[in-house]
Amino acid sequence: MASTTVVPMVHADDDSGLDENGESPFPDARRPDRAYDLPAHGVRIAVHEWGNADAPPLMMMHGGFDFARTFDGFAPKLADAGWRVVSWDQRGHGNSEHAPLYSWDGDMRDTLAVFDHVAGGRPIPVVGHSKGGALMTQLADAQPHRFRCLVNMDGIPYKRNIPDLAEHERTTMLAKDLAGWLDHRGRTATASRKPGTLDELARRRGRMNPRLPHGWLRRLVTTGGFESDDGWRWKIDPALRFGGFGPWRPEWMLMRLPGLPMPFLGILGAEMEEMGWGTPPHKVLPYMPMDGRCEVLDGVGHFVHIEQPDLVSGLVLDFVGAPA
Amino acid sequence: MLRHNKVDLALHILRADPLDAAVPSRPLLLLHGLGDRSPDSVPHWVAAWPGPVAALDFTGHGESTVPAGGGYSPETLMADVDQALAQLTDGDPDRSITVLGRGLGAYVALQIAGARASQIHGAILTDGPGLAGGPTGPTSQSVFALDTDGSSPDPYALVELGRDLRPGDYAVSFVNLANAGAPVATPITVASSFRPKWLAAVAEAPGVAESSLTDALAAYA
Repeated sequence: MASTTVVPMVHADDDSGLDENGESPFPDARRPDRAYDLPAHGVRIAVHEWGNADAPPLMMMHGGFDFARTFDGFAPKLADAGWRVVSWDQRGHGNSEHAPLYSWDGDMRDTLAVFDHVAGGRPIPVVGHSKGGALMTQLADAQPHRFRCLVNMDGIPYKRNIPDLAEHERTTMLAKDLAGWLDHRGRTATASRKPGTLDELARRRGRMNPRLPHGWLRRLVTTGGFESDDGWRWKIDPALRFGGFGPWRPEWMLMRLPGLPMPFLGILGAEMEEMGWGTPPHKVLPYMPMDGRCEVLDGVGHFVHIEQPDLVSGLVLDFVGAPA
Repeated sequence: MLRHNKVDLALHILRADPLDAAVPSRPLLLLHGLGDRSPDSVPHWVAAWPGPVAALDFTGHGESTVPAGGGYSPETLMADVDQALAQLTDGDPDRSITVLGRGLGAYVALQIAGARASQIHGAILTDGPGLAGGPTGPTSQSVFALDTDGSSPDPYALVELGRDLRPGDYAVSFVNLANAGAPVATPITVASSFRPKWLAAVAEAPGVAESSLTDALAAYA
């Protein structure tokens, strides 16, 4: 059982208490040492780095609807161990450009641009959370020469069956999903994120991340949002939306795992929650690669690195070895 | 031009209703194949259609915006068509159109026929560039970057929409949706000579007709 981190709670509905950078402080959270834009085949990608610029690089990819600054607590722990931790905002997220199109292939291509910029053709350690873990798993299968090792933090999908659902009910569900998605697409040309106070946005995010402390969610608002005349808004492109549909099947990702040739560490949070992938460990453990293993953290949710930064950074540092 | 998110779409009205028409008749919307563009005039093979004829340039094709950085999917093109549907029906959910898709456009026509079933009075799927699409299951496809200069068609569109995954059961799910909500008994007609796996699965599904293009147009007119 992992230990519990005690953090201060903030309930006041105000924007006070921000630091000199206009960010809400949180214990051990640290803004990046460097931030810059990278042109990625036509899309501007915002890159954030922690640690010595001359240190060996380690790439870290965030999940969907997150952004690189969600590593403010976790990345410094690896940087302080001697790594140059490089993360980036996926297209449409954080400070990166709101792109006309979004797709898995597009994200993969942006990722290659960061690899090419950072790694200099050498294999490097890679850490990915949630969607970032799943995407890096596919990239590791497609281009293993880029990976010294791979850490997948709660981003291992598995096949979800709903065996007691009749076909006509599935059709009804899909019809609603499609109509809702098309209606959303019809509004995206003029849509903007809903404004609110700093604490309102933090509480909204808290509904999706119920296990994360309010103080951390406030920091997310001030690093992943912006303040305008009518309040705070998330920076993420309003065109992006939870849910979705398509031909992709979770098991197609899972079947790539056994063949990965590089050392692999999976870290699963055992607590199920809204944004989690609901991956039961016994479903994925049989798929571990020859040089792979999986750590299951009891009492920890989807955001393993935020809930347990010391424990998870310790696992990762032990796995990747000394900076080199 | 229509606006879809950050993309301007070119919707070409090839034949309009007569100005003195008492009520608007049902339009036929043409969807081109991969790498192609809308025709400049009503093609001879749809000349018999009794109503208006329109044609849409997909994102990255013809006169529509060529976006930077790729990221195409047939589902996004389906949303392109949804914008055209709204335009051609003046936003009236009780009005409908018929769609005719060639190649990639056939796959997209199938999708919109399922997604907006009550407003699609028949979807005709026929031969054209990009009909096959990509594989029906996971592959070892790698990742790539291309040099682009903003010209049309977008090279990213040519590659990404030429290798998208098209499992048969996914395609058939759109048939089921069309059957459940369409205003006609057989909302999908396969009029192609070539039948890649996804289209063969569609052709075998209940509620799908197979006929010539001429007969399909006559059936939905």
